[in-house]
Amino acid sequence: MSEANGPKKRKMSLEKRHNLTGWAFLAPATLMIAVMSFWPMIQAFVLSLQTGKANKLSFGGLTNYIRMFQDKVFMTSLGNTFLYLIIQVPIMLVLALMLAQMLNNKDLRCKGLFRTAIFLPCATSLVSYAIIFRSLFGVDGFINSVLINLGILDKGYNFLGNAFSAKVVIIIALVWRWTGYNMVFYLAGLQNIEYSVYEAAKIDGASPMQTFFKITVPLLKPTILMTAIMSTNGTLQLFDESVNLTKGGPGQTTLTMSHYIYDTVFKFVPTFGYASAMSFLIFVLVAILAFIQMKVGDKRD
Amino acid sequence: MTKTKRSRIIMYIVLIIVSVISVFPLYWMLMAATNKSVDVSKGKLIPGTYFLENWKALFSQQDVKLAMFNSFKFAVILTLCALVICSLAGYGFEIYHDKHKDFVFSILLLGMMVPFVATMIPLFRMFTAVNLQNTTLGFILPTISTPFLIMMFRQNARAFPIDIIEAARIDGLNEVQIFFRMFVPTMKSTYAAAMTITFMNAWNNYLWPKVIMQGEDSITMPMLVANLTEGYVTDYGVLMLAVLLCSVPTVIIFFLLQKSFAEGITGAVK
Repeated sequence: MSEANGPKKRKMSLEKRHNLTGWAFLAPATLMIAVMSFWPMIQAFVLSLQTGKANKLSFGGLTNYIRMFQDKVFMTSLGNTFLYLIIQVPIMLVLALMLAQMLNNKDLRCKGLFRTAIFLPCATSLVSYAIIFRSLFGVDGFINSVLINLGILDKGYNFLGNAFSAKVVIIIALVWRWTGYNMVFYLAGLQNIEYSVYEAAKIDGASPMQTFFKITVPLLKPTILMTAIMSTNGTLQLFDESVNLTKGGPGQTTLTMSHYIYDTVFKFVPTFGYASAMSFLIFVLVAILAFIQMKVGDKRD
Repeated sequence: MTKTKRSRIIMYIVLIIVSVISVFPLYWMLMAATNKSVDVSKGKLIPGTYFLENWKALFSQQDVKLAMFNSFKFAVILTLCALVICSLAGYGFEIYHDKHKDFVFSILLLGMMVPFVATMIPLFRMFTAVNLQNTTLGFILPTISTPFLIMMFRQNARAFPIDIIEAARIDGLNEVQIFFRMFVPTMKSTYAAAMTITFMNAWNNYLWPKVIMQGEDSITMPMLVANLTEGYVTDYGVLMLAVLLCSVPTVIIFFLLQKSFAEGITGAVK
């Protein structure tokens, strides 16, 4: 078993050798990220300055960026994506936090059952849940059959055929799919907080609301920040839901940026440069929003 | 006393309502898979007898076996590779950390902000240039190494006692042996959590396979499910059976590893 490394062989100091071993351990993963993530990101920027169809590309400067802001469809998709972001992410995170605080209660019965039930939506794939919601809210879907049986509607309402209700359905679906996921992170974060803090608050007569704002939120700040950044990142890249739940419609009223980018490359005549410019904007938006969130989250009270 | 009692009752009611809402769409999907499309539309919520007919119809329309096989192949290979590569890195960053490695680590974390949709186009061009489309390698390469997994392993490695490493070195184990014989077995829950996340992401991935696996033989389960909605008439029974088949593997993994998943995450958010 022993390596039989005689003292003579150890020319290199032990520290230096460990240092090199460390680099060897982390090299494959680091190189993979460099090649599969950072290098393509640079490429995306280079591409975004080029115009032309398919592989006939030529330098076009900022043409693509100018075109982007004049492209009504892209602007619609940008607006849609931000609408989902502004409405869905806060609802989801607050809901997840409240549920986490409830489930963290030591006296609660059936805790595991509740946790499993609320976390379960995460086990379904994005395509699957998008299609489940599409079917539930279809003209001949479950929701309509309930509304008809209750006498609220005479015939099926086309939820996905109306711009407003289609957006609401997407937001409901997103909240359904991701609340449990974020809740698990908060529950994990709460495990690291001494439960006696909560017991002390209870003895002092703090209401659940006060406990929530005075204890849970401040102590979970780093976790909240992490989930906020992850959710923002995910929402700006929404794709599966737009494609499978509403197919971007009616018209382009629920189209997301990623969906439009995909279409410009793989559905229409590919315009790699233009698509890269749009995708680079997503990168810039993700970075700016993450920066703002970190600044806000870092503020000491 | 009554006040706390009332708030407890409210809490249970809220939790029950949220749980029901969370489970209902999946219950509905399960019931729909056993019923005729017409009955599903009528809002039938109890098990039907049409499961076999739906099954036959689905298997005659789509190559479910192939999609299942592909999805399993890609997800399993990707998960194995990702666990090895990312845990090695997480361990390396934590155990051998110094100023330079910490710097590299913080750069890698920035990679979390790189949206996949932005790298997708250059990756597509790179991969088609070297003929990686419709190959397993083409499927797995972009997500084999992720900053999130590396970070998770690094955070959890923090709890790994350094004394064990020292003792193992004195016993004459080399660094690689220490990793595989000491670290891996003690980090079971971290591996379980990482496995859950990676397998689910790989299985559920839709955008990248839609881009790089356009060949008919490379179809995956999410693509198959999405294809079923292309027609004008939707057969809910058949569609929900496909959704069910697409969900079974991830739901099984979810139930098996749920506990370790929570433990692994707990380490990661410390």
